[in-house]
Amino acid sequence: MTGILAQNTLSRSLLQNVSNIVKRLSSHFTYYPDESKPIDGQTNKMNMMQAINNAMDITLKTDSSSVLFGEDVAFGGVFRCALGLQEKYGKDRVFNTPLCEQGIAGFGIGMATAGATAIAEIQFADYIFPAFDQLVNEAAKCRYRSGGQFDCGGLTVRAPCGAVGHGGLYHSQSPEAFFTHAPGLKVVVPRGPIAAKGLLLSCIRDRDPCIFLEPKILYRSAAEEVPVDSYEIPIGKAHILREGDAATLVAWGTQVHVLLQVADMASEKLGINCEVIDLMSILPWDEETVCNSVKKTGRCLVAHEAPLTSGFGAELAATVQAECFLHLEAPVSRVTGWDAPFPHVFEPFYLPDTMRCFSALQQLINY
Amino acid sequence: MALRSGLSLLRYISLRTSSRVLSTHINPEINQNGEKTAEFPGAKAPYVTEMKFLNENSYESIPIYRVLDNNGDVILANEEPTLDKETLLNMYKSMVQLNQMDKILYESQRQGRISFYMTNYGEEGMHVGSAAALSPQDLIFAQYREVGVLLYRGMTITELINQCYGNHEDPGKGRHMPVHYGSKQLNVVTISSPLATQMPQAVGAAYAFKRTPDNDRCVICYFGEGAASEGDAFAAFNFAATLDCPVILFCRNNGYAISTPSSEQYRGDGIAARGPSMGLHTIRVDGTDALAVYNAVARARELAVKNKPVLIEAMSYRVGHHSTSDDSTAYRSLEEIQKWTSDENPVQKLRLYLERKGLWNEESEKSLIKESRDFVVRTMQDAEKKKKPHWKEMFEDVYYDMPLKLQKQMHEMEDHLRKYEEHYPMENYEKE
Ligand SMILES: Cc1ncc(C[n+]2csc(CCOP(=O)(O)OP(=O)(O)O)c2C)c(N)n1
Ligand SMILES: [Mg+2]
Repeated sequence: MTGILAQNTLSRSLLQNVSNIVKRLSSHFTYYPDESKPIDGQTNKMNMMQAINNAMDITLKTDSSSVLFGEDVAFGGVFRCALGLQEKYGKDRVFNTPLCEQGIAGFGIGMATAGATAIAEIQFADYIFPAFDQLVNEAAKCRYRSGGQFDCGGLTVRAPCGAVGHGGLYHSQSPEAFFTHAPGLKVVVPRGPIAAKGLLLSCIRDRDPCIFLEPKILYRSAAEEVPVDSYEIPIGKAHILREGDAATLVAWGTQVHVLLQVADMASEKLGINCEVIDLMSILPWDEETVCNSVKKTGRCLVAHEAPLTSGFGAELAATVQAECFLHLEAPVSRVTGWDAPFPHVFEPFYLPDTMRCFSALQQLINY
Repeated sequence: MALRSGLSLLRYISLRTSSRVLSTHINPEINQNGEKTAEFPGAKAPYVTEMKFLNENSYESIPIYRVLDNNGDVILANEEPTLDKETLLNMYKSMVQLNQMDKILYESQRQGRISFYMTNYGEEGMHVGSAAALSPQDLIFAQYREVGVLLYRGMTITELINQCYGNHEDPGKGRHMPVHYGSKQLNVVTISSPLATQMPQAVGAAYAFKRTPDNDRCVICYFGEGAASEGDAFAAFNFAATLDCPVILFCRNNGYAISTPSSEQYRGDGIAARGPSMGLHTIRVDGTDALAVYNAVARARELAVKNKPVLIEAMSYRVGHHSTSDDSTAYRSLEEIQKWTSDENPVQKLRLYLERKGLWNEESEKSLIKESRDFVVRTMQDAEKKKKPHWKEMFEDVYYDMPLKLQKQMHEMEDHLRKYEEHYPMENYEKE
């Protein structure tokens, strides 16, 4: 080992270094590719980073008022989602901002207030909190407080979220629930490339400000056949990915893949079929689809990476028990990150992984 | 009185505009209003009748203080700090150790041994120069690229490497990403990733010091020129000045914030220009010149302990990539980097200075490099063998006492692991 290290001089490692954070993927889940076809026509193999890039490319091409900005966005952003867009659309439409999230959010709100389409990138969802005031007090309430005269619906805030295997406290958080507590905002989380493109285009064109949280571990984890043309996936409509009668499993983002695997394990090991629902949008969320499913299965398990207490699972559980009370065979089960900050070396013990979800499902079935 | 003069000013202007020539001539009577300056609560300033907007060219650039030239020669003899041999050698040795640690840990991340790393190349001079000018009792709030400060302060390579591995000897108990060091004992507040958050905190800590009887401590807060764009930076400047805090706000201006060059980060005359405008004693210094940084911080410390807050902008260049997640060839040229690794290399400058003073030579250099490298490699091998802390540490320190809810969750995990142990990397973690 000493030998290898000694050979590597500084200048050499400067030259040879090509890296990206997502190469070191954790493997707490297996990716289940989406084989749906939202529209007819040509498709290209794209990973989620490319699908997001493609959605923004379409926007910049078709909407001359649209701009894309944030920290390090000019060279493509640290996750490369904006790659090549500045070259294509110019420095006045795709640009770096100073390092200031409250500025990014406020600037975006202002652009949208003036009628433009603003796509703002926050480098990590963990760093969205300096912008919390702008988003919660300003973006969310802009239309309401002006009696409908003004709005900032043209604003979409994109931010990479979630566990990545080695992100520790400040590169792993899933802050979706915070924003669901601010009436006026919409909150959307895709589970892969096809969903990401359609949902992002919907968010961008939506008449309300949207927070689009991108599970960063999915940026390059898998490619799907993504339609090259423009398409939208409706906000507020959940997707049933597996049909079943034994239990309803609800998740969003990366966690959808965990629950798909749990459903497979359940059919293999327990001989039961679970219904798996991707919520797609956290706010508004599709009560109808979820509750109809729970009325059918009588059992509901919700899983998310964010901590248990006041996580969005709490909202789902409360609604499900109110709407499906007489159909329930067991209390709603929540499998989530623990009520602790996201810890670096303990990530394998922190996440609601397949084994924790499977174990909870068994308890739910045997209740 | 003010009203009358306002009216007469209006009349005066309308008179002049009617003849379509707005005089730029200052009428002393109107100008001074009979007083030396205006006495608005928000500004004490002279009146003028000439309308003039100020811009970034209205002031001269704040100069960059240096002691050494690129050959390690002292430019002006009486600016040479009087440092004893031991201090000078400690400063230099910290730089070399830092370089070796950076080189090896960077590669170790490349090999997948640790999850993340950030190097300090190009900024070593700022680190040791500032650290040497402080008292060990002064509290340090750092950003992340200040490891030379920590080494000089006395954190050991072993502690630092244990933190990067997050093993059970990491004082941070493996919870934080690599390079987020901290040591209560050495007065180094544990580093946090969200940028600039440490800045108003540092000012608050300084205020607490100020209220301690016979205070002789100050606080130093390091931050990047990128972080200086955050709202927290403005808050820190403003609080430091208005509350007269014993704090040194030390900006490492290394030209980049990840890919964003400082030209896209701010306009005007850099971070230093904000100091006087906000009421801070301010100096701009050559950050590649350890002795200049030493002098600046030593003087700043004298001011700070008298409750005169100071802003220092140290100019340098980030020679390495931002971090192991970054490839800087995507946004800057190798030629650009070259310039800063040759002529303006802070380690080389101090070494030439020491050689000139007869304190250092080729041989001592060689043996120090070998010694440092071997030590880092050995420490790394040891750190790698040490287990991570027990998984229950995940639940500790969230609160002073673990709430019942969390205890319940911990027991739930314990039951779970009893059943499904084989699915978890238990062998890498300490047992009870
Ligand atoms: C609030 C916040 N926003 C974004 C980031 C991501 N980030 C980490 S380092 C960095 C650049 C910082 O640049 P600078 O302050 O100049 O320090 P340098 O890296 O040059 O030492 C960014 C944007 C962060 N850590 N915190
Ligand atoms: Mg910088």
